[in-house]
Amino acid sequence: MEKFSTLISKIVCFDADDIDTDQVIPARFLKRTEKTGFGDALFHDLRYCADGSLRDSFPLNLARGDEQVLVAGKNFGCGSSREHAAWALRDFGFRAILAPSFADIFRINALNNGLLPVILPAEFIREIMTLSAREQVTVLVDLEKEEVAVSGTSLRSSFPVDAYRKRCLLNGYDDTGLMLTMTEEILRFEMSRPYQKII
Amino acid sequence: MKKTLFDKIWDAHVVKKMDNGSDLLFIDRQFIHEVTSPQAFAGLRERGVPVLFPSRVTATADHNVPTRNQHLPVKDEMSAKQIRELEKNCRENGVELFGLGHRYNGIVHVIGPELGLTRPGMTIVCGDSHTSTHGALGTVAFGIGTSQVEQVLATQCLLGEKPKRMRITVSGKLSAGVAAKDVILHIIAALGAAGGNGHFVEYAGNTVDAMSVEERMTICNMSIEMGARGGLIAPDEKTMAYVAGRTFSPPPGDMNEALAYWSSLYTDAGAVFDAEYFFDAEKIVPMITYGTSPAQALPVDGWIPGNAENEKRALDYMHFNAGDRLVGKKIDFVFIGSCTNGRIEDLRAVAGLVAGKKIAESVTAWIVPGSKEVETQARAEGLDRILESAGFEFRQPGCSACLGMNEDKIPGGKYCVSTGNRNFEGRQGPGARTILAAPLTAAAAALYGYIKDVRTILN
Ligand code: SF4
Repeated sequence: MEKFSTLISKIVCFDADDIDTDQVIPARFLKRTEKTGFGDALFHDLRYCADGSLRDSFPLNLARGDEQVLVAGKNFGCGSSREHAAWALRDFGFRAILAPSFADIFRINALNNGLLPVILPAEFIREIMTLSAREQVTVLVDLEKEEVAVSGTSLRSSFPVDAYRKRCLLNGYDDTGLMLTMTEEILRFEMSRPYQKII
Repeated sequence: MKKTLFDKIWDAHVVKKMDNGSDLLFIDRQFIHEVTSPQAFAGLRERGVPVLFPSRVTATADHNVPTRNQHLPVKDEMSAKQIRELEKNCRENGVELFGLGHRYNGIVHVIGPELGLTRPGMTIVCGDSHTSTHGALGTVAFGIGTSQVEQVLATQCLLGEKPKRMRITVSGKLSAGVAAKDVILHIIAALGAAGGNGHFVEYAGNTVDAMSVEERMTICNMSIEMGARGGLIAPDEKTMAYVAGRTFSPPPGDMNEALAYWSSLYTDAGAVFDAEYFFDAEKIVPMITYGTSPAQALPVDGWIPGNAENEKRALDYMHFNAGDRLVGKKIDFVFIGSCTNGRIEDLRAVAGLVAGKKIAESVTAWIVPGSKEVETQARAEGLDRILESAGFEFRQPGCSACLGMNEDKIPGGKYCVSTGNRNFEGRQGPGARTILAAPLTAAAAALYGYIKDVRTILN
């Protein structure tokens, strides 16, 4: 997994709550058997009209292409467990998503792919979005300090992150590596527990 | 200490408590399918690690399979490749696969319980958010991403924090024409799309007790639509009777031990939940969705709201107006199937309503059994003939138009009454407008060509 420590980047705002993973990447683009190549399908049906032309009003289409931070409404990533959503966001170039809350499975998928889900107060997100409607906004996401700051303003906020997850991201470790070191305990557990035959 | 059902099962599966408070949780069974597993197997190959317990993994092809001519080669090359890859991965790793055309093939959440692979007290995962369905048999079952699929293949465990506990109690008798689907839509509409985030939900109360095991699956299935990690129901005699004698159930000799264990699976009196909600079954009526989130549901004879910002966007997409009623709205497609409502009881309910009648000429209606066993059973009961003479297309099993990954898509701008679980934008195809409902409400819409309050046609 790619390491994450500090990120300074321009942002793209998608001002909607409950953005589900079917919108992030529609099912018909889930046929690839690799983890790569999903970037073009990101928000496909919102980015493109039925005739294939770009939908000018969609925020991602107004972006310059070097933004690595997406700002969104609450409950981002609800719905399907498809990790393709996290892969598509990463493939497109995003490294962090700022939102008031995330759906549980998406949050885990994001963390497993070096994509940082940053939970911030709803008012803070609102302020960023309002500011972004007027001017280009650059943010600093500092995982070490657990803090987000908006450049050129006094806006800053801390965000919660699990200590273990933080260590994984800072070092580029994933869970699987750690879990594989515990195989013996797992095997012993499996053999010793009751109700072997029925569960 | 007084424990909830969820805690009893979870705690019995903790291999080790980690320093940061998370648990290394043993997983009794993992179900895999063609869409969310190939990258997990590729990950194992990269690490040079084998599947730790192949016998604890069961595979099916369901999400991206055709529902017609399953005996012929799959036409779409990328879909065919996905299925081939599943076959290869299962073969190389000794994982049992119920592939296309196999008599045990079907939607992963339909076949698990039906084959007796899902049994009370188990922990179950699948790279699919509706894994909560299996909770209807008293299991801790939840959906995971592909990285976690890989972890479970490699270690048969997951690392994570224990979710919080929520209990939803439904009491009273349901009125005629009100189905389990209406109950869960009613609950989701009340709690919202994120109302269950971070929680595992236990459904209880005499309304739930009175439900069949299949109806309970419909309830647990949609837990994710309010953001919950999973849903579960304490096993009772109905559960025991359901599990006994299925293809992979414990042999009769082990059944006594099983029953003793299963009857210990309930929430102790006085156990504490982090959140509790109560619902009155008598106040629940047939439900229907008007927006693009399952939480945007209302009584079928109600008026569409539309004040909130996200409702405006949804109504724009659906081409509905705030203040309108759905009753009487013309529809184009009816889809009956999915892991929510693609079981034999659902097919029977639909066949019962449409027997001897014809669906409206303007409507295309697909009925897609949840599994090969459901299909076979339906044929044995003659349901296929009833449905076909009413004008339904009786298809072969798969997820089909629930997610529109194969060719079963709803054209843009068309309305589809679906018994699936998601009405997200584009879920059934780009621009498709999905209206979620129970099988009876969907069948009534097929007959009339517009939304109908099913209570007005039941005698
Ligand atoms: S039927 Fe629909 S919800 Fe169920 S597993 Fe298939 S795609 Fe997912």
